[in-house]
Amino acid sequence: MRDRIMDYGLRFTVYGQQYIMDLATLLHDLLFDYTLRTVALGTAVIGIVSGALGTFAVLRKQSLLGDAISHAALPGVVIAFLLTRSRAPLGLLIGALIAGWLATIVILVIIRYSHLKEDTALGIALSVFFGVGIVLLTFTQRLADARQAGLDRFLFGQAAALLQSDVILMAVVGALALTTLGLFWKEFKLISFDPDYAASLGLPVRALEVALTTQLVIAVVIGLQAVGVILMSAMVVAPAAAARQWTNRLWVMALTAAFFGAISGVTGAIVSSTRPGLSTGPVIVLIISLIAFGSILFAPNRGLVWGWVRHQRNRRQLRADAVLHDLYVLGWQHGNPQHPHAVEVLRAMNANQGGVEHTLKVLARQGLTEYSGNGEWALTAVGVQTARLLAPEINDESRPTDNESALAVYGASNEPTSN
Amino acid sequence: MSQPQIEIQLIAAVVAAACALPGTFLVLRHMAMMSDAISHTVLLGIVLAFFVVGELGHPLLMLGAAVVGLLTVSLVELLNKTRLVKEDAAIGLVFPALFSLAIILISVYARNVHLDQHTVFQGDLAFAPFERAIVMGIDWGPRTFVVMSVILLLNLLLIVLFYKELKLATFDTGLAAALGFSPALIHYGLMGMVSVTAVGAFDAVGSILVIALMIVPPATAYLLTNRLPYLLALSVLVGAVGGVSGYWVARALDTNIGGAMVMMLGVLFGLAFLFSPQRGLVARARQQQQQKWRFAETMLTIHLLNHEGQPEYAEECRVDHLIYHLRWPPEFATKVVQRAVRNALVVRQNGHLLLTDAGRVWANTAVIN
Repeated sequence: MRDRIMDYGLRFTVYGQQYIMDLATLLHDLLFDYTLRTVALGTAVIGIVSGALGTFAVLRKQSLLGDAISHAALPGVVIAFLLTRSRAPLGLLIGALIAGWLATIVILVIIRYSHLKEDTALGIALSVFFGVGIVLLTFTQRLADARQAGLDRFLFGQAAALLQSDVILMAVVGALALTTLGLFWKEFKLISFDPDYAASLGLPVRALEVALTTQLVIAVVIGLQAVGVILMSAMVVAPAAAARQWTNRLWVMALTAAFFGAISGVTGAIVSSTRPGLSTGPVIVLIISLIAFGSILFAPNRGLVWGWVRHQRNRRQLRADAVLHDLYVLGWQHGNPQHPHAVEVLRAMNANQGGVEHTLKVLARQGLTEYSGNGEWALTAVGVQTARLLAPEINDESRPTDNESALAVYGASNEPTSN
Repeated sequence: MSQPQIEIQLIAAVVAAACALPGTFLVLRHMAMMSDAISHTVLLGIVLAFFVVGELGHPLLMLGAAVVGLLTVSLVELLNKTRLVKEDAAIGLVFPALFSLAIILISVYARNVHLDQHTVFQGDLAFAPFERAIVMGIDWGPRTFVVMSVILLLNLLLIVLFYKELKLATFDTGLAAALGFSPALIHYGLMGMVSVTAVGAFDAVGSILVIALMIVPPATAYLLTNRLPYLLALSVLVGAVGGVSGYWVARALDTNIGGAMVMMLGVLFGLAFLFSPQRGLVARARQQQQQKWRFAETMLTIHLLNHEGQPEYAEECRVDHLIYHLRWPPEFATKVVQRAVRNALVVRQNGHLLLTDAGRVWANTAVIN
């Protein structure tokens, strides 16, 4: 029985030790083990919320704003702790929210009232807030209070420390944010793609932008405990960037991003639970990054591999068309469309000299050309039909009787005259 | 001050100065966030090189870090070129991926090594004086100080040697390319400089605060001057002042030195933002205020000039009628008249206003312009 279960298990080797991840046991733990269930649920919630809300951030070119907000949340977390003297997540969440918001305002003020550009403003807010956070964190660590021990978890996140109540809080806040997103979907969509049109319709563009930025802050903040301030920005950017490759529709993109986020959250939580001391944040981020890079490479239509395949196909098609065209024109000059011609002649006519013979063989396989001996090739009857469409500049009525007039007609028809 | 204290301040100043030099060009080239990416990912280079050489403090670590720094930059550019993601998202994708890889490698393979997450993020300047650089039997000073001094001199040397090229490539990429200086080469050279500096500073302040040392001093200096040589010098100065004052703040609060340095840099930036003579918020507000008065005075002189010698003069140019003719609130009108009188543009006569010669010239110039 045990062996049968093992057959369904995954075997993998991590740091020299072989692990057998038993799918049945894993499923059992996911459903019934308190810690793993809580952690997986928590990271799934984070993935869903940050994925869906990150969609707008990525489309509005605010990816790095998410980065700045997540770093800047650190002093908020520490101050909230200093004020409340507890690690109650609600207080820390509010602290992080306020700090994230303040950072956003600082960025906007710097851009608005100086000649410094956005990148510099982001860098300043991010690093100075983080510096203040580090000062406060060190300061707090000097206080003789055992409960602060968990605060530096906020740097990299420790999903294993999530409690059921934390997850419920995250889920409630996340659900609020997602509901707002749903309610103002049309408006958010419009200001993301065409703010001028939105303004001309009389929509409160400013207020909506503020609302969207607040959503971004929320998306970042609810993940801080499990993923950490340093890597949380990736949870906003990567799922959305991955989802963007699979679709051109906004709602599909948001759903896909939420899905990717959830998948990486759960997988990351499971993987990091296999070894103590492995922070959850980096694992989740590595997984979602792999999904993102995978999507950029392999997503249908937009993916790089697909683009490359399409490019090759187009090139092949163009080469084949050129050869067919040349054969047809030559045959037409001889008064016989199926007149065979030497490869050398075709080569001389073709820009892509090396590939002509190969192209002729490919065309032969398609039944469009045939080899007629002596290094000469001719169009088949089907080939003539196809090639005629490629050479609209010449037609049967203008077929010449001798080569010279054919050249004359062909030369003339190349002129940009109306037909 | 004891010797370690002086040494810590020296280190702080040198680190800040070394970061400020390449940082200036990052700010000017609108690539500040690249320092964010690089300062995170050099960690991967350090870790990988550490696996190869097996000891921290080996020069090869610096090389590994520089290589990964450049790799980060080229990956970001590669992603950009695909046009599948926008530039900000490209940065936001690349560095967390490489960085989390580094963190995982550390926590799995190098747990016992002095490369733990706290050092990475906070650095530890307080203990820097106790690690000495002893070469050929001579104590050259704290290791961080020696390393950062070398990097500072190297940065300085590169900037002096390639000053013209850097300047041109920064302000006019097209012209630089047309004249045969390769902007790409300069770009990668600069990024290499940023990477090496980031690794060096890493020990002292940790990787995230490096961003502050690179960005905040040049941004502060940029609020104060427009000329590149002054900008470079001022950035270094701001960095050094922030470094030294940060040390004293950290001492007073008994807290992390790197964090306090950055906090002080933030304060310096805030001061420049508010009080810069030309570009500060206060100066701008004052300028606006002055412009408002100047404009009002000009309006007054033009109004007087317009009606000078006309029959309606007696009616139009009475002080208490200005509120109707120029639609000014009474207090405002009174103040404008006072200022114009003080500036000798008009004189008051029996409740009427008369232009002085200077006022006439003033109005005429304004009208012609």
